[in-house]
Amino acid sequence: MNRRVTVAYLIGLGLLLIAPTFLYPILVMKVLCFALFACAFNLLLGYTGLLSFGHAVFLGSAAYVTGHALKVWELPTLLGLLAGTGAATLLGWAIGSLAIRRQGIYFAMVTLALAQMVFFFFLQAPFTGGEDGLQGVPRGTLFGLDLAEDINLYYLVVAIFAGSFWLIQRAIHSPFGQILKAIRENEPRAISLGYDVAKYKLLAFVLSAGLAGLAGATKTLVFKFATLSDAHWHTSGEVVLMTLLGGMGTVFGPVVGATVIVTLQNELADKVGSLVTVIMGAIFVICVLAFRRGIVGESLALYKRMIGQKL
Amino acid sequence: MTEIFGVPIQALFGQLMLGLVNGSFYAVLSLGLAVIFGMLNIINFAHGALYMAGAMLTWVGLEYLGIGYWWMLLLGPICVGLIGIAIERLMLQWLYKLDHLYGLLLTFGLALMIEGLFRDLYGVAGQPYSIPEELSGAFNLGFMFLPKYRAWVIVASLTVCLFTWYVIEKTRLGAYLRAATENPKLTQAFGINVPLMVMLTYGFGVALAGFAGVLAAPATQISPLMGSNLIIVVFAVVVIGGMGSILGSVLTGLGLGIIEGMIKVFWPEASATVVFMIMAVVLMFRPAGLFGREK
Repeated sequence: MNRRVTVAYLIGLGLLLIAPTFLYPILVMKVLCFALFACAFNLLLGYTGLLSFGHAVFLGSAAYVTGHALKVWELPTLLGLLAGTGAATLLGWAIGSLAIRRQGIYFAMVTLALAQMVFFFFLQAPFTGGEDGLQGVPRGTLFGLDLAEDINLYYLVVAIFAGSFWLIQRAIHSPFGQILKAIRENEPRAISLGYDVAKYKLLAFVLSAGLAGLAGATKTLVFKFATLSDAHWHTSGEVVLMTLLGGMGTVFGPVVGATVIVTLQNELADKVGSLVTVIMGAIFVICVLAFRRGIVGESLALYKRMIGQKL
Repeated sequence: MTEIFGVPIQALFGQLMLGLVNGSFYAVLSLGLAVIFGMLNIINFAHGALYMAGAMLTWVGLEYLGIGYWWMLLLGPICVGLIGIAIERLMLQWLYKLDHLYGLLLTFGLALMIEGLFRDLYGVAGQPYSIPEELSGAFNLGFMFLPKYRAWVIVASLTVCLFTWYVIEKTRLGAYLRAATENPKLTQAFGINVPLMVMLTYGFGVALAGFAGVLAAPATQISPLMGSNLIIVVFAVVVIGGMGSILGSVLTGLGLGIIEGMIKVFWPEASATVVFMIMAVVLMFRPAGLFGREK
């Protein structure tokens, strides 16, 4: 991480640590889960140039597996989170190795279709509770702390988010991340330089799926339930929107996008009812037509222009 | 009663026909997607929503304006086509120079808007639409009863597909279209109005979706959600068939419809996912699709 990003990261972390004094912790935890989800997605779309339209399925599968592990197998919380993340990682490997056989638009359609297949599996499988979802998942304890207390869970969620965010930053700035960017910019050239492009794409996909799974597992812990809507294509669309709105390929864009979208949905849900979908669609259209660099991207561009004028 | 593999032959042929009906919808929708993709290089995510709009308009036409099925069969596609032309002129045309993924994202947003609007106006409950008088009843084929409406859906869809194929492959207009697909700049240099052709192509492609929607109105429950579930299956159909050839996408659509219908008889739990499973297998062995050319 360069110095500016590190400073911003530390300020953000500081804010998160004191946030429960003035914000409702459940809402912040929800934002953090979706922010992690969007960051994981951004690793794929923003840095590798792969648009997955089925990412909700990793969120959803981890949510179900964690819920099942905690509720039915009564595993400790940490193992439950690991089980969910591991399941999403495996699923990511399976879907990823099929999907990377196609490129561009086809890649998006393949991921969407495979995700829909898994969605139908969840709809029919007995352990997911079908339309009702998996309810009453216990949060358990961690190092003797009772996670049923929102404030204890809050700091766990912050730790998970901060750790994952740091991991993603490390990945992006490592030689591995540079190769991903090379693939995004010019795939044939990356191949001709001798890189096994398929391997790197798959690795990025699996990493992204695993982190999306961690977000889903954490989400189950926060809300104590896992539902079908976690794995629905609507959620896949939402994470695309968060990343696009915040700024794809920027470090903090997905976090900003997730914050805006989750807050917006929270505010609008009881005011406009089913028109929320229309508003989300409209934001999509406006972003694509006029705002393609997203909030963070456009702000950075503006900032650079101002600096440039002064010099 | 005669049985095949323990299934009454009546039920078997009934499912076969139902599969063909679904396959006809897949064929018309994937054809529209392929026509649009060929010209605009955009995957039209709004296709399902516009198919739904076609069906909803049919219902609205009868319910509020007293316009019957036959008129809507003409007016529905025209309305949807005009919506498409508006979308192309107002939004899509600004995206051609960008990465193709933006087209997908924009049309996804549009799909959400259209679906959300209809849901807000009419709720999610399915609306019934009765089969027009001329097409109610059934033919007795001896070994089975064939509902007239199902036969009509299949015949009408195939006719439209054949017509599209004829226009694109055998007429002068189609030759211009193919030229513009191959090399837009050169075609424009010959004095052909390429932007106009692009606009009409998009309009025609979504009109096909609207037409399928009108056909579907009496055959299924009309609801604002009917498009989004279908379009994901159609995407899988397109991946399986590849978008290289018109007849290829029609054949793939029909074939998958039949397979889906048969699976419904023998292994009902898998009927919702069979198309996706086939897609996975095709990706393993023939990544470019059955009729596809890798660009």
